[in-house]
Amino acid sequence: MSSHVETPLEYRSEQSQMNILGFWIFLGAEIVLFSTLFASYFVLEHNTADGPAGQDIFILKDVLIETFLLLTSSFTCGLAIHSMRNHNLKGLLTWIVITLLLGAGFLYMEINEFIHYVHEGATLQTSGFTAGFFTLLGTHGAHVTLGIGWITLLIIQLVKRGITEKTASKFFIASLYWHFLDVVWIFIFTFVYLKGMVM
Amino acid sequence: MSTQKQHRFPWNHVIGFILSIALTLLAVFVAFQTDFSSNVVLWIIGSLAIFQALIQLFLFMHITEGKEGPVNVINMIYSVFLALVIVFGSIWVLTSGHAAM
Amino acid sequence: MSFDEILVTGDPLIFASQIAIGLTMIGLIALITYLKRWKWLWSEWFTTVDHKKIGIMYIISGVLMFFRGGVDGLLMKAQTSRPGLEVLDAQHYDEIFTTHGVIMILFMAMPLLIGVMNVVVPLQIGARDVAFPKLNALSFWLFFVGAMLFNVSFVLGGSPDAGWTSYFPLAGKEFTPGVGNNYYAIAIQIAGIGTLATGINFVVTILKMRAPGMTWMRMPMFTWTSFITSIIIVAAFPIFTIALLYMTFDRLFGTHFFTVASGGDPMLWLNLFWLWGHPEVYIVVLPAFGMFSEVIATFARKNLFGYKSMVVSVAGIAFLSMLVWVHHFYTMGNSAAVNSIFSLTTMMIAIPTGVKIFNWLFTLRKGRIEFSTSMLWALAFIPCFTIGGVTGVMLAMAAADYQYHNTMFLVAHFHYVLIPGVVFAVFAALYYWWPKMFGFKLNEKIGKWHFWLFVIGFNMTFMPMFFVGLDGMSRRLYTYSESTGWGAWLGFSAIGSLILAAGFAALCYNIYWSFRYAPRDVGSDPWHARTLEWMTASPAPHYNFAVVPEVEQRDDFWHKKKREETGLKKADLKPVHMPNNSWMPIFLASAIGLVGFFLVFEWFTLAIIASVGIVIGLIANSFDYDDGYHIPVDELEEEEREWRGDLK
Repeated sequence: MSSHVETPLEYRSEQSQMNILGFWIFLGAEIVLFSTLFASYFVLEHNTADGPAGQDIFILKDVLIETFLLLTSSFTCGLAIHSMRNHNLKGLLTWIVITLLLGAGFLYMEINEFIHYVHEGATLQTSGFTAGFFTLLGTHGAHVTLGIGWITLLIIQLVKRGITEKTASKFFIASLYWHFLDVVWIFIFTFVYLKGMVM
Repeated sequence: MSTQKQHRFPWNHVIGFILSIALTLLAVFVAFQTDFSSNVVLWIIGSLAIFQALIQLFLFMHITEGKEGPVNVINMIYSVFLALVIVFGSIWVLTSGHAAM
Repeated sequence: MSFDEILVTGDPLIFASQIAIGLTMIGLIALITYLKRWKWLWSEWFTTVDHKKIGIMYIISGVLMFFRGGVDGLLMKAQTSRPGLEVLDAQHYDEIFTTHGVIMILFMAMPLLIGVMNVVVPLQIGARDVAFPKLNALSFWLFFVGAMLFNVSFVLGGSPDAGWTSYFPLAGKEFTPGVGNNYYAIAIQIAGIGTLATGINFVVTILKMRAPGMTWMRMPMFTWTSFITSIIIVAAFPIFTIALLYMTFDRLFGTHFFTVASGGDPMLWLNLFWLWGHPEVYIVVLPAFGMFSEVIATFARKNLFGYKSMVVSVAGIAFLSMLVWVHHFYTMGNSAAVNSIFSLTTMMIAIPTGVKIFNWLFTLRKGRIEFSTSMLWALAFIPCFTIGGVTGVMLAMAAADYQYHNTMFLVAHFHYVLIPGVVFAVFAALYYWWPKMFGFKLNEKIGKWHFWLFVIGFNMTFMPMFFVGLDGMSRRLYTYSESTGWGAWLGFSAIGSLILAAGFAALCYNIYWSFRYAPRDVGSDPWHARTLEWMTASPAPHYNFAVVPEVEQRDDFWHKKKREETGLKKADLKPVHMPNNSWMPIFLASAIGLVGFFLVFEWFTLAIIASVGIVIGLIANSFDYDDGYHIPVDELEEEEREWRGDLK
């Protein structure tokens, strides 16, 4: 755990560098994907037909809890990478497990939130607004679910193989994905929830 | 190639985390506790969101590290340009013509 | 829909196709079994991760799809060849023009271009493969599964029939019940994900795997255009992913994205479709520009005129491509400001395109031109494409477009862009790179027949459409009365389409003839070309280059030949690292195809069961630590001696 100067493990091989770069390009595509979801949501936002509008159903407290869960999980995921770069497998695994638990907590909250909306009469089929809302949130939630599954597989590999050039680069890529989901959430929080409640 | 030192204590992560929590609370405060017009509120909370996204990109995702740091930055700038075109373009096209009447 | 209603019945044409498809399948399976080729197919092709073989599979699929789309086109021409004909009924005609459009753009143009990119780009930059070979195989199989899913629609369940643009509200469940449009939404989605992966793959390949010394300004033009194309793919395809997802939700789950009632917005579909659809035009046309640049430079025996302006104009087109989408629906009722701005951006595209045309002309100027078949395609491309281009500027003017919109004039315009821009280019590329793929040339004499029949047929078919379009004939018109006076024009056009088809038949015969009789001793560089792919053997060995070449300038191979430095030193040989074959891509794509098929018919339980296959594939992939293998030096030496003679 010295503070020696070295190339992080995940960047050592040519193939790992390409994998990381490829994933960044993929994240570029993800930005386009989510901006399409946002654009459609904004266009449909006021088309509530006979159903409720955002300010009728959003609950600030629940949304804030979800936000803090996800922000904290992004932080712990960063700490996991920090441990990995210090070759500290135990620290790495501890932080990943905490990250996943926070992610699962976020999903639990979000599913409850959706159930609440359905009880309020806002289902996927109610209006243009609810269609745009649920697909935007649902796509993000599906990404979180996929991320939890993916990182769980990586935990098994890390336990089996330890921190190697390959496992390090795989986990580094998964961490990029996790942070990116937080970035998307910030915009959902701001432009769906806050905007919906204020305007 | 990035040859950055690994600190014993991950200051940049802690700073990033504190900032993101603070910015979130600030956005809530601006949205609910101030008397700005809704347009002004939107501009402020939008800027706070962009600032938070930059924190994630630079402090958590280390966008500039590695051989391809510049490529990553160009890629992100281009993606943001696309995002702006898609979002503002769609809103403009779909709400300024007959649809708006 | 219940199981016994799946098979489409009642139409003699479709019944005949069902029998033909059934017999062909049985025949193929019997033939492969008789020749004992199953193992060979599996290990050499189905599980391959070799970019050249994947490219060849793309090209074969593309040619097959060209046949299917072409038959659709011929049926349309037969139906409209005379006033008041009843070759097809209205419903069948709707299905045919829908599948013609989708197949020609997404399952013919895309795989042919991506196929050539796959074969050529790694060779041109001196790489051993693409950045992610397994992902590349997955891309191909996703495309293939998507194409097959789309194609079975006309025998199982019914074809989509709302046009290749599938505008809402027509394409919604309310006005188009049945499963036809479910096929549209799901089959294109599957193929589109494969294309997105290809885009990412080639961006990284070209960024990271260029031979030492190949700086940005030393890259061959086809590599440049492939790079920019890949960037546009990454930028545009996610938009379509979402649009198709919404369509799927509207049709399968009753949401209100694009419906007229309950707060949906049908115009949102148009907006998203063309946000993807216009960049898509440049995705198919830019690689073609690169192909022509290589062919023209090679057969004019000159370096490409204005290389840097070419690069800048390609990048400029890529940038503008994202800013012009509204010109497809000026008549939707946008505000005057919207139409004016998009008119401007659209017309600006003519500037970089014009730059290219002049660059090609100046490359030809004072060149020692060799009229090979691929050069003929390039030469015919310039005037034909220019007609498509200038009519495009006419259409770009929003006010005038109210006259042209949705007429045959528009149909003629985009065929004049896409056929010279894509099909001519792919033909030029096939004749040009064929020896690199297979080790022999296509016959030049049959090639000239192919060329003249196709070009004459093309002009005869589509030129009359400009005139009937200006005269008011709208597109997708299934029949018309004698009093319109269009009968002569459209009859002429139908005869043209037969000549066009004869041209395509000549290509197929050429492939057959050349496989059997063409001489095999064409050497590694039959055209005296300029770029790196001609430095290695024909057909290219599976490791591409025994020693990765060092690049010192643009058209490096041309200069190395002059200095006689293309030889290989034995001492430079080192073991070559190669990826192993993998069953994962074909397995994963098949599982996804199966889920897609069940979703088309809205059999959700079966879809969920089948998606277990996807999960298994993904998990297996995550645990795969296969590192590939090394080709030892003596094996390399042996293979290189075979075509070089003695090594130094």
